[in-house]
Amino acid sequence: MAPEGSSGTALTVNGTPVHTSVDPETPLLYLLRNDLGLKGTRFGCGQGLCGACVVLVDGHPTPSCDLPLWAAAGRDVVTVEGLASEGCPNRVQRAVLDEQAGQCGYCLSGIVVAATALLRDTPEPTADDVRTALERHLCRCGTHHRIVRAVLAAATGPGQRHDDG
Amino acid sequence: MTTADPARSAADTLPPSLAANPRLSTWLDLSDTGHVLVRVGKVELGQGIWTALTQAAAEELGVDDSRVVVQPVSTAAGPAEGLTAGSLSVARSVAALRQVCAEVRALLIEVAAARLDADPAALVVRDGVVGTAAGDSAVSYWDLDADVLDRDARGPSWVRPAPAPADPPNPPRVDLPDKVLGRPRFLHDLHLPGQVWGRVVRPPVRAAHLSTVDTSLVGAHVIATVRQGDFLGVVAEREEVAIRAAAALADTAQWELPPNPAGTGDPAQPRRSAPADRIDVVNICDATAAVGVVTTVRATYTRPFLAHAAIGPSCAIARWAGSQLTVWSHSQGVYPLRAALAVVFGVPEQDVVVHHVEAAGSYGHNGADDAAFDAALLARAVPGRPVQVVWSRADELGSGPLGPAMAVDVEAGLDARGHVATWSVDVWSQGHVARPGYGGSHGLLGAAHRDRQVLPPSVDPPLAAGGGSVRNADPGYDFPARRVTGHRVVDTRVRTSSLRALGAFTNVFAIESLMDELSRRIGADPLEYRLAHLSDPRARAVLERAAELAGWRREQGGRDQAAADAGRGIAWARYKGTSGYCAVVADVEAVHEIRVTRLVIAADVGRIVSLDGVVNQLEGGAIQAASWTLLEQARLDGHRVTSTDWETYPILRFRAVPDVHVEVINRPDEPSVGAGEIAHGPTAAAIANAVRDALGVDVRDLPLTPERIVAALET
Ligand code: FES
Ligand code: FES
Repeated sequence: MAPEGSSGTALTVNGTPVHTSVDPETPLLYLLRNDLGLKGTRFGCGQGLCGACVVLVDGHPTPSCDLPLWAAAGRDVVTVEGLASEGCPNRVQRAVLDEQAGQCGYCLSGIVVAATALLRDTPEPTADDVRTALERHLCRCGTHHRIVRAVLAAATGPGQRHDDG
Repeated sequence: MTTADPARSAADTLPPSLAANPRLSTWLDLSDTGHVLVRVGKVELGQGIWTALTQAAAEELGVDDSRVVVQPVSTAAGPAEGLTAGSLSVARSVAALRQVCAEVRALLIEVAAARLDADPAALVVRDGVVGTAAGDSAVSYWDLDADVLDRDARGPSWVRPAPAPADPPNPPRVDLPDKVLGRPRFLHDLHLPGQVWGRVVRPPVRAAHLSTVDTSLVGAHVIATVRQGDFLGVVAEREEVAIRAAAALADTAQWELPPNPAGTGDPAQPRRSAPADRIDVVNICDATAAVGVVTTVRATYTRPFLAHAAIGPSCAIARWAGSQLTVWSHSQGVYPLRAALAVVFGVPEQDVVVHHVEAAGSYGHNGADDAAFDAALLARAVPGRPVQVVWSRADELGSGPLGPAMAVDVEAGLDARGHVATWSVDVWSQGHVARPGYGGSHGLLGAAHRDRQVLPPSVDPPLAAGGGSVRNADPGYDFPARRVTGHRVVDTRVRTSSLRALGAFTNVFAIESLMDELSRRIGADPLEYRLAHLSDPRARAVLERAAELAGWRREQGGRDQAAADAGRGIAWARYKGTSGYCAVVADVEAVHEIRVTRLVIAADVGRIVSLDGVVNQLEGGAIQAASWTLLEQARLDGHRVTSTDWETYPILRFRAVPDVHVEVINRPDEPSVGAGEIAHGPTAAAIANAVRDALGVDVRDLPLTPERIVAALET
């Protein structure tokens, strides 16, 4: 962590303190992908309109493509890579695999992040809750149903108490 | 002894891609680690093609799935299989790979038999271990001399692929774990040593010319500004710097605009007044049928220009070392791209290598090839360094090729019973293909800008390959007399190329809508009416199965209940007239807008290679088609595409996506064909037919927006 008052931005990413001198206007997405090598957060539109780049910021699903670093300062950021613990997929990721809920998979990182937050806040969601939580996430391949099925299965399946993203 | 060359005559029966690349070792290697490395000329488009190939190879070789590793496609190694496009991908590659693997297995058994001093016929293969049934002596594939693979395939007269298993296999997707865990997997995630980032500034409209630009304002950390002709771009050490610099350039660039094409007709429609190439598909006259015609019904059906709208925009990485160019691309055709790049950079083809790397789902000819040129031109400014280009969302929706707008005129001559005696179709559309190499053009957008040209008009694939504009324009019914004519409009106002299903989407929508209108004219059940004109047993089977699954009540036009604002519709097609069969039943609610509540699908794609893969493709295809049908239209202002973000080009979201139920009829004795494009046309027509059922109006122009519905109700 940088000392108080020094230039640069300090934040936490997947539990690790990060200090960066990158221009504070830089969207968080590019710090994650290009400086920290966390390529799982993806660029889709750069306008907060597709959900491909969603990460948790202080626990809230947030597009990282239009969040400048200065706005992320002091925050706790969790990316798709931070959901797995010790290499084990979390329950949403496991359920997405079990349901084979993907085609190209480009949309999945943001969706998995948002669904993990949903289950933390709403442990027993209805299908409607899941759809509403994912409404701002676009999927062009049409895997919506499988994703909804997977999130519902993650809520009721084994291990639901253990990993809450 | 005969004088015929046995190798030559056997090769004639090889699957086409194997005949073109007969060397077994081109396709397959046995690695030291106990794996089988499979090289195919087909790329993963996000549709699970690799999983299908893995499964086919494992089955034929007699090894566990986990031993098969499909290698990335590259012009540097592997068979040149051309494009990965349409349903041929699965069909061709799977057929070739099955034959290759069956021969490899037989060859390895021969070698093992010699080694074990056993009768080859008495040996069995268990996960790559060849041995006697009793298990007293055995040797593994990986202990044998792999040089035996260095020979040409002999063909099915020597050894045939195994019969299909009774239960279709259901392997999990091989690529999904990486994607779910957020591991780098996409081309966008590739980060090569020394990599820098490039961005391109596009002309605001087609055929605009760059007059001035102030390159002094791009700011710090920009390594190069590239201006050649109308091509304008930047290279920077950081990605966000390249993005900002490109925006700064765009702000100061002055463009000389072409004359406004206003007055040349509705830009959202194919221009019927423009010159057109005529495509004669079929013309069968039947004097008796013509004489029996008592009524003629005509209608025109249209769809607008559509965007590919992949969630990840087009991307490429390129690096020059001297005159050698290496490109990483998600192109559907790495060989044609290599040839095009060689032409536009004036270098020999052997100096260009194109490696395929996966990207977001690809639904046809998107900006992937263009991005490869962009990266390569920018990389010239920084020799030795790889340059990654990622298109902006605006360029992805506005500069990539669009699926052409279409208009289909259908005319049915009805006999005294109201059955079809004569049928004619006229299809109006710009061409559906402008891929690199088609129509004699390099097809690369940035190269056209550099050279201050406009890309030539798109063409259509030949009829033998399923056609483009006229794909599925010939209905699959037993109409005694029919004429089908295409009019490929020669127009360059809007850049068009292949989008999933090509012309089949609109043609099936048109044919199956009119069939519905005709059935309702005589008060017949839409399913019964179709069956009365249909003898193909596989077509009947999918229709009847979909109807049964949906609870279709023939005595009441399909519906199971009579809610005032609910409707149900059915439609089917055999994709390309030669490929997979698909029938769809749609349920809709029509209140303020059309809501599709459920789609029930029955399909027949021959022998099932991977059941869940087929189901996933059908679900995804139907949902994408529902999105096209309900919402999608590229907005145009003269030459300019104005629908350049997700607000102006909306697609179907989670809350509006219908339930989808799929059943696949397995036909183990029929060849495997693709499922990715077969649901599109039937889904559109089934939805439109359900709207007709609900509201009693014929809506013949897509998308089925609330304004369109209101307009139809008022007329
Ligand atoms: S890339 Fe951030 S919302 Fe689309
Ligand atoms: S799986 Fe391709 S965009 Fe969702």
